[in-house]
Amino acid sequence: MEFLPTLWFILIAVLWAGYLFLEGFDLGVGMLLGGFARSERQRRVLINTVGPVWDGNEVWLVTAVGATFAAFPHWYASLLAALYVPLAVVLLALIFRAVAFEYRGKAERELTRRLWTIALCGGSWVTAFGIGVMLAATTTGLPLNANGDRVGGPFAWLTGDTALGGLAVVGFSLAQGLAFVALKTDGDVRQRASRWLARGLPALVLPLVWWALALVVPGQQPAALAALAAGLIAAALAWACAAQRWEGRAFLALGLFLLACIGAIFTAAYPVVLPSTVNAAFDLTVTNASSSPYTLQIMSVIAAFGLPLVLAYQAWTYWVFRRRITEHSIPAAHTVTPLES
Amino acid sequence: MDPLEIARWQFGITTVYHFLMVPLTIGLGVLVAALQTAWVVTGREHYLRMTKFWGKLFLINFIMGVATGLVQEFQFGMAWSEYSRFVGDVFGAPLAMEALLAFFVESIFLGLWIFGWKRLPKLAHLACIWAASLATIVSAYFILVANSWMQHPVGTEMIDGRAVMTDAWAVFTNNTALVTFPHTIFGAFAVAGAFLLGIAWFHLYRRRAAGIDTVDEAGRVVVGASTVHGKNRDETDYRVWFSSLRLGAVVALVSFLGVAFSGHAQAQLMFEQQPMKMAAAEAACHDGTGFSVLSVGDLSGDGATTCDDIVGVYEIPGLLSFLANEDFTTEVKGVNTLLPEYQEKYGTHLPDDSIYGDRAGEEINYLPLMEVTYWGFRIMITLGGLSAAAAAVALWMTRRGTVPRSKWLSRLAVFGILAPFGANSAGWIFTEMGRQPFVVAPNPTFDGVDQVFMFTAAAVSPGVSAGEMLFSLIALTSVYAVLLVVEVVLLCRFIRGGVASAMPELLEDERPESTDDDVLAFAY
Ligand code: HDD
Ligand code: HEM
Ligand code: HEM
Repeated sequence: MEFLPTLWFILIAVLWAGYLFLEGFDLGVGMLLGGFARSERQRRVLINTVGPVWDGNEVWLVTAVGATFAAFPHWYASLLAALYVPLAVVLLALIFRAVAFEYRGKAERELTRRLWTIALCGGSWVTAFGIGVMLAATTTGLPLNANGDRVGGPFAWLTGDTALGGLAVVGFSLAQGLAFVALKTDGDVRQRASRWLARGLPALVLPLVWWALALVVPGQQPAALAALAAGLIAAALAWACAAQRWEGRAFLALGLFLLACIGAIFTAAYPVVLPSTVNAAFDLTVTNASSSPYTLQIMSVIAAFGLPLVLAYQAWTYWVFRRRITEHSIPAAHTVTPLES
Repeated sequence: MDPLEIARWQFGITTVYHFLMVPLTIGLGVLVAALQTAWVVTGREHYLRMTKFWGKLFLINFIMGVATGLVQEFQFGMAWSEYSRFVGDVFGAPLAMEALLAFFVESIFLGLWIFGWKRLPKLAHLACIWAASLATIVSAYFILVANSWMQHPVGTEMIDGRAVMTDAWAVFTNNTALVTFPHTIFGAFAVAGAFLLGIAWFHLYRRRAAGIDTVDEAGRVVVGASTVHGKNRDETDYRVWFSSLRLGAVVALVSFLGVAFSGHAQAQLMFEQQPMKMAAAEAACHDGTGFSVLSVGDLSGDGATTCDDIVGVYEIPGLLSFLANEDFTTEVKGVNTLLPEYQEKYGTHLPDDSIYGDRAGEEINYLPLMEVTYWGFRIMITLGGLSAAAAAVALWMTRRGTVPRSKWLSRLAVFGILAPFGANSAGWIFTEMGRQPFVVAPNPTFDGVDQVFMFTAAAVSPGVSAGEMLFSLIALTSVYAVLLVVEVVLLCRFIRGGVASAMPELLEDERPESTDDDVLAFAY
């Protein structure tokens, strides 16, 4: 076991866990704009629960991808090129989602506002599914040749396993989104979010549990099994808390469930970062995909300094915006009316 | 179709598009922070209004920079996987650092700034916009380090066919990066300066056209004091636009000086590091000292054969030597001298290696597209110079306090906003296409690492089909086109609306009825 590549494998797992933990709920909130919100005011309540934080959450994705590039160039290159089509779609979804956050509130006409709602909501669904596909593919494998290039067509990635991964992230995001909304709002929105969560939680977390089970059980690694067991306990706790309407605890327990599952999945995958379904000899592993020790050392110093800092000020943002939001606190929409003449 | 060609078009289009948003974000961000500082320090109302108005436009633009930047982050792996494998060890590090050290600060503190107006203490709130805007500059540094390494690889050795970093200090203090960074930042401020200038001019003109502001016999402004039409016609409103105009013009002028000096330093390095790019920028076939102001002939650059058709119509003797060497006599090598040198060093044909796929054995053309380099270089300088000259004229014309009552000039000021955008795009297109046929240009000035280079032909993802690339090219381009229209329409609406579009509290009848001080400063 080589120390630095292993450390970076763990760090990348941490970055993905951080991304799913944080953006999980804002993706979920985006998805809820569709069937859950009942009125324009409720939609604005939902959007404003994540308004100040969603962009910071999304940078976890940029960092996870950038860190993969720096620490494991072969992993980055093979995974992204092999998933060309789904990732292109995810990028479009991310573009629409980001722009919709900023521009929706500035729309003047009912029609454009509705289009932005669709962009935000649809963008969230597609992003969650696509990122799930990507993470599943990196654990269950892609048809790669000796150079790490995809053999097979543009849709060779589409398998039951990757679809399950997509559903896992969609399901988790919805659950976490509901928990977050229940925690951050008041009134009708809060009541219904709590109720939906208490009812839907088992079904929503099932795909993630399934993915983890399928990966962990055959390997029989004690650490992975232990993490998975912890995850199952956390999920049960989350359900119990949701039933009791303990919103904060349900949210936290869901977060723990996610961290445990990601831990179990990455532990089970180690040391392979991207298996080849063509030939196990072509697997990308922490050793053959990683950067030089020198680069990893430098990156480690930067991460040791940067990551705690990020966590500190990001936590502070959540503290600043800790209040609940109600329909009552949403001011009337203001439109831009030219003043002169 | 050739996936390589599509990938290049896609990279060019998406990056140039990203760089439409980037300079405005960098320049305007710092200016907004400066304006808010002025407000906090002096407490004067017009600084607050300026902060809010320009801040609103900044946000509309910022989000597009974020959305298009995401594409860049993925694109290296998706479309250029061989490139990523080859350079990842050196190139990935600045990208990851940019995310960890700059993007988090940008996005988190901007969120705090947008929603924190009433929630945070004044100084903490001010610190947020400074953190966010300085982080955009930090991010520019990191990405330019990455880009400069492709122009001039340093601190690296070839190990097993891959570039491996051996000296991070050398990579992060690459002399190419150290001159490119100020050039790009000043270029960004040139954009922001022209933006302030053009929009403020438009508003001052509207006040004049509506008869709110008039001029006395000496040509000095008489600011309208009418209160009949509500607050918008007050003195403060005038001051918002007039201060913005002067600020913008000064920023544009200073930036041009900065761009010119740093550009000169870049030209000197380019002469050492990428002599072929320099020659192509000059359409200089033969060695010489003159700077071509205009060359005619077939610039299509099919190697040495057409190069001889080019006739310098007007040259400034000695200027090219000055740009490159700071004297007037050193000959700058022309294309005809350089081509054999490159062929001898890097071969005449692509090696018979699997990474070149079908292209193995093809003849290598070391001459970049001369039309692009030649005109790119000149368009950059001309548009920048025009916009600086316009800023000087604007300062002079407004010395008595307002703008002339000329519709034509007002239109010109608004369209002039586009000039520095054009200069920036031209600069990048010149720099990037002038590097061809290399994606990582060989470094002739540094002992030992001359072997670290990569042909663009080897960089593209081998496993991705032309159809996939075409799909993403079409999808991204059309989405980008639509979003550009959306952004411009939205900007125009907020610009027309004036300060009140960013400060609804100025419109008395629209004051939010709720007095609940728990209300967030809702942006969405
Ligand atoms: C000189 C400056 C510069 C250059 C050459 C580039 N960018 Fe950029 N980029 C910025 C300056 C910038 C910025 C000013 O920092 C932006 C604009 C809006 C923003 O949020 O930050 C940004 C945004 C931005 C984002 C979104 C950050 C977020 O979510 O907050 C990403 C992922 C990238 N960029 C990545 C890239 C890549 C991979 C590039 C190389 C091809 C690139 N940028 C060229
Ligand atoms: C770190 C920053 C950058 C990196 C790493 C980078 C890298 C690349 C790569 C890999 C290519 C494809 C190979 C090629 O066709 O040349 C390319 C092409 C190109 N890039 Fe950059 N680039 C960067 C910044 C920019 C920026 C900011 C712009 C302009 C706004 C730009 C403009 C272009 C253009 C126009 C092309 C197409 C050139 C051609 O097709 O010949 N680049 N660049
Ligand atoms: C007197 C004027 C100028 C000179 C002498 C000059 C010189 C240069 C040179 C030599 C390069 C190429 C560097 C390389 O390829 O290694 C360059 C690139 C560039 N220029 Fe200029 N330039 C001038 C004005 C401007 C203006 C007014 C702008 C924009 C407002 C601008 C924006 C850019 C950009 C964005 C690049 C590409 C990025 C970079 O390499 O820095 N330049 N310039």
